[in-house]
Amino acid sequence: MTFHQTHLLGIEALRPEEITTLLDLADRYVDLSRGETKHTDVLAGLTQINMFFENSTRTQASFELAGKRLGADVMNMAMQASSIKKGETLIDTALTLNAMQPDLLVVRHPNSGAVDLLAQKVHCAVLNAGDGRHEHPTQALLDALTIRRAKGRLHRLNIAICGDIAHSRVARSNLILLGKMENRVRLIGPPTLLPAGIQEFGVEVYDDMTEGLKDVDVVMMLRLQKERMDGGFIPSEREYYHRYGLDEAKLSHAKDDAIVMHPGPMNRGVEIDGTIADDINRSVIQDQVEMGVAVRMAAMDLLAQNLRARRANAA
Amino acid sequence: MTLTQLTNARLIDPETGSESLGDLHVKDGVIAPAGRADTVVDCRGKCLAPGIVDIGVKVCEPGERHKESYASAGRAAAAGGVTTMVTRPDTDPTIDTAEILEFVNRRAQADSIVNVLHMAALTKGRQGREMTEIGFLQDAGAVAFTDCDSVVTDTKVLSRALSYAKSLDALVIGHIQEPNLSTGAVATSGKFASLRGLPAVTPMAERMGLDRDVAMVEMTGVRYHADQITTARALPALERAKQNGLDITAGTSIHHLTLNSYDVADYRTFFKLKPPLRDEDDRLAIVDAVASGLIDIISSMHTPQDEESKRLPFEEAASGAVSLETMLPAAMRLVHGGYMDLPTLWKALSLNPANRLGLDAGRLSVGAPADMVLFDPDAPFQLNRFELQSKSKNTPFDDARLQGKVLGTWVAGTSVFGDL
Repeated sequence: MTFHQTHLLGIEALRPEEITTLLDLADRYVDLSRGETKHTDVLAGLTQINMFFENSTRTQASFELAGKRLGADVMNMAMQASSIKKGETLIDTALTLNAMQPDLLVVRHPNSGAVDLLAQKVHCAVLNAGDGRHEHPTQALLDALTIRRAKGRLHRLNIAICGDIAHSRVARSNLILLGKMENRVRLIGPPTLLPAGIQEFGVEVYDDMTEGLKDVDVVMMLRLQKERMDGGFIPSEREYYHRYGLDEAKLSHAKDDAIVMHPGPMNRGVEIDGTIADDINRSVIQDQVEMGVAVRMAAMDLLAQNLRARRANAA
Repeated sequence: MTLTQLTNARLIDPETGSESLGDLHVKDGVIAPAGRADTVVDCRGKCLAPGIVDIGVKVCEPGERHKESYASAGRAAAAGGVTTMVTRPDTDPTIDTAEILEFVNRRAQADSIVNVLHMAALTKGRQGREMTEIGFLQDAGAVAFTDCDSVVTDTKVLSRALSYAKSLDALVIGHIQEPNLSTGAVATSGKFASLRGLPAVTPMAERMGLDRDVAMVEMTGVRYHADQITTARALPALERAKQNGLDITAGTSIHHLTLNSYDVADYRTFFKLKPPLRDEDDRLAIVDAVASGLIDIISSMHTPQDEESKRLPFEEAASGAVSLETMLPAAMRLVHGGYMDLPTLWKALSLNPANRLGLDAGRLSVGAPADMVLFDPDAPFQLNRFELQSKSKNTPFDDARLQGKVLGTWVAGTSVFGDL
């Protein structure tokens, strides 16, 4: 097995063969999840704690389900409501949790780098469920699995990532992963929503959708957050939809068999036209959700194996 | 009165730009002409230079003495070859009245083993709304006026404060940064900040800040010093302002001369500074500007922070680093790298800051105060932050391999560090 990580903090630390190992295992968990008995006991006896310092329904549910299908004892902690409000620092929260002897810690935090910081202070395996604008590794892995299953490969594809790239951890993790697997990545969005220094990322940058989508195999749309819509970064929702919303006309420039992805939740009529999102021939958005559970099962399984090996060595 | 002879020293003289083996004589706390010595100190061929005059040191009195007191800052300065600390008013409360200034001055005189001069705030509470009592503060000993990293955004307030300061011939120190562009930023925009997902500011914000302040200086005629120039793009504007005869000088920080944005690596908060660390191109341009004399002064920008305020996610962590003790060894990187010689470096560390403040210090000529540092520029060591004299240990040079050790420091002829 090629997977040497202690934590899953970002795609940046993963080697291509580790990504492949993880996706191969995730494929098996897709089969398990589609079967009659959606359950194994590879995580039996282990405790998984989901700590979400930022609202999330989908990702948290996906991690919870993944843990339960693998037989772990899963606990959810909604951190906005808890001690953080009482002035406790992240480090103290981490130490408190560490004392409860968890084995897997799933963390989402609004600050970039906060999950790395936390991982330095605990003795269990930490999974980053999104930190600020930094990384969201399981999202990139589930996107990779979705692409690999739809296209039959995860290399030499033309992939466009469109929309609010500056504020998106999903975009960062994806462009790192897709680059590592040797794909050509294009970023499309208005200049106000592209991060600085983007030319140095080894990607092609477009501010025009029809030009950018020409002959791509995969179209990844990103969610545009409501608070960025009015005047600050873009003039208005309707102008954004006109120029950057994915509709039939713009999609027609992509390859005929191009797939359409979106990490959800979608703003229909803002970044994506409803009919495209629902088109079962083009849209793989529902597959992404399914792959999410499988990828998280695979990630936790691999990290738990390494954790057990480390503990056995220490003993 | 006894005459002390420091013999066999490599004398670093920033005034003449020379470096030569020789002797230095000290009598009554000042540098004296040669004569029959009562005591002889053998410097064993090591470098003897004027003590560093450091503009912009934060000592956390009043308010946060657990981070740094005048006693601990004085010890740190002595260990780093800094013989005059010019302190910042960004304390809690702000040093913005003559009464508070008198209090800190009493504390400094009682506790610090090196010279201390104070700066005071330009506006009350550093709020940028009303000017402070510049006259009274000057009478109480304030050597310069600054709101530190808080930029006066209201140009009407600023123009009045500068005009008033001009009438008193006061020196004003500005933080050059376009305040709206830099709101919320913790890094310099570019590839690194984008990959790390950190809110960032364009390096242009510094040039815009300088452009505004240069116009203000032209308008009011005030004596002005830009605290930290850290980007290449600000340099042409500085050069033009100097050529136009404005009374402007500029400084930079030792960290911006020796570190770049990539040193932040995995969100290391000891590298979180204000302004944030820049790209390597900028760093090299700033090093060149110091070597050419365009940038006049190197400061430590010593900013103590306790562990709690640094052990946070990067965006939430406090800015600043301690550097009184690491400035000299860090600056040796510029010499060992071949960017400048020791006398040129010492212009920026001692002579220029002393001249800007009208002090006799910062030189080795007869009659100057015998504030000196003896150091071995080559001695290698690995820094252990817990061995620092500062109460706070937030140095970006923790574990760094450095060259350059202070062997002895004298203030007015009295040894304050080393056992020579």
